[in-house]
Amino acid sequence: MSFLNFLISGISLGSIYAIIALGYTMVYGIAKMLNFAHGDVIMVGAYICFFAVSRYSLPPLVGILVAMVICTLLGIIIEKLAYKPLRAAPSLAVLITAIGVSYFLQNAAQLLWSSNPKVFPMFFQRMVSKTTPDGTVQIVPVNGIDLFGGELRVSYVTIVTILVCLIIMLALTAFTGNTKMGKAMRACSEDKDAARLMGINVNTTISVTFAIGSGLAAIAGVLLCSAYPTLVPTTGSMPGIKAFTAAVFGGIGSIPGALLGGLMLGVIEIMAKAYVSTQLSDAIVFAVLIIVLLVKPTGLLGRPVREKV
Amino acid sequence: MAKIFSKNESPLVPMPSEAYIPQRDLNKTPVLECRRLGINFGGLVAVDDFNLIIGRTEIAGLIGPNGAGKTTVFNLLTKVYQPTKGTILLNGQDTHDMNTVQVCKAGIARTFQNIRLFNNLSVEDNVKLGMHNSIQYGMVRGIFRLPSYWRQEKSAHERAMELLSIFNMEDMANTKAGSLPYGAQRRLEIVRALATNPCLLLLDEPAAGMNPSETAELMENIVKIRDTFQIAILLIEHDMNLVMNICEGICVLNFGRIIAKGSPEDIQANPAVIEAYLGKKKEA
Repeated sequence: MSFLNFLISGISLGSIYAIIALGYTMVYGIAKMLNFAHGDVIMVGAYICFFAVSRYSLPPLVGILVAMVICTLLGIIIEKLAYKPLRAAPSLAVLITAIGVSYFLQNAAQLLWSSNPKVFPMFFQRMVSKTTPDGTVQIVPVNGIDLFGGELRVSYVTIVTILVCLIIMLALTAFTGNTKMGKAMRACSEDKDAARLMGINVNTTISVTFAIGSGLAAIAGVLLCSAYPTLVPTTGSMPGIKAFTAAVFGGIGSIPGALLGGLMLGVIEIMAKAYVSTQLSDAIVFAVLIIVLLVKPTGLLGRPVREKV
Repeated sequence: MAKIFSKNESPLVPMPSEAYIPQRDLNKTPVLECRRLGINFGGLVAVDDFNLIIGRTEIAGLIGPNGAGKTTVFNLLTKVYQPTKGTILLNGQDTHDMNTVQVCKAGIARTFQNIRLFNNLSVEDNVKLGMHNSIQYGMVRGIFRLPSYWRQEKSAHERAMELLSIFNMEDMANTKAGSLPYGAQRRLEIVRALATNPCLLLLDEPAAGMNPSETAELMENIVKIRDTFQIAILLIEHDMNLVMNICEGICVLNFGRIIAKGSPEDIQANPAVIEAYLGKKKEA
């Protein structure tokens, strides 16, 4: 039964990685750049939600929406100020800029919100009245459901995370497959000049991509901090790098690849922690990545790029 | 250069065009007028002093030896390059401040010398991307598939099928563009360009790599497109049979400059053209 337990935690962690990986993979697919500031947008989203709920006592759902709106705007602003002027620059320059933006966001967060860890509020729990043995009625929070007579405990966060991840995947697949903006995105990812000559505004398309990725980052931030409730300005960097790894693992540029890569990475990480060693878990994750890339350099679902000779 | 070509020696449109326009288009605003158009890349003058007028329903040809600057002219017209000199008037409107997207919306569509389809998208989606600007529904409506989404997607689908039917390609609608045979890819590029609803269609070597029977069919189709949509077509082509048979006006470029303009008969007899293509005759 403990295996099932680990598997469920792995899928839940993997779902968070998958949502973050979507941001990496979509931006890479369209703008052909690695947005290393993406992990820090997650952190900003988590902080916004934290303050909205803890300080301004807004309901959690409103808090998440506020965080999404602000992160979406942040994503668009970052793209306009930092990346758009470099559209024609070599990709290395854009990469360095992205790292710069990442540090900027971390330090800005430290300046604004201090580096003291914040304890993220528990969103996903239910208040249940319970009669204690001595006869008094108490109201206690319950944060999960018990299955198999208490042998398996699944927390609400886990359930919500997995459901949200599935909904996002379905919505994005419908969006890129069937709508005109989604198709414009796929066209831009294949050939920007041809797209432009068909009357597709490439800049708008890239902005929309950043907006979607950053909005999703806010959701990921809230889910991440609900599962691991310590919030510091560097909260986003490690999950960001893991999610980037997940995107590469699944084949960067591919949306189903982000889902597959994220889930596999999460499961491998939790299993390694459980059965091998907590300290070695990251090493194992990256070792698996190296092996996959050696065997299939484009990632699990990545399409090989063929150059015509 | 100063010579004015015409089929019936009638007085033609005023300077600086010196171009040949079919009689039926003479009293209408030309779809395209280039005045002293030029571009340099650093010290290299790629196109210089390019003057051209194209009538509303004219099929015009742009020919010249390799490297003469033909594709550069297309890139100037579609604003892939910003001209360093001169003006482009599209339906009498200066395109100086327009970018590629705006030029496309204003009515210039093109195909490419080396096919540039969206290979991973279906044939139908490629055509629908050409209609990008005529489909109006927001992102939210698209995701939740509200009625306006279905209505517009349905009409887009019908129009895409109608356009594909020009080349009898309806049954390929769901095939991936990248897996089509070569000739079909070339035809799909034309359909995709037509989907942007242009008034001027630029075809960059439409017959390249086609066999004689495919070329013959293409020639019929080019004329058919002009007749059905009543648009102007400017094509770059090396297949002289195609150019001489369907073009009403021809413009010959060499080293970035126009060396001759006129009707197919005039061009065929023009010594400068013969020299550009075959080299100078050795003086005896």
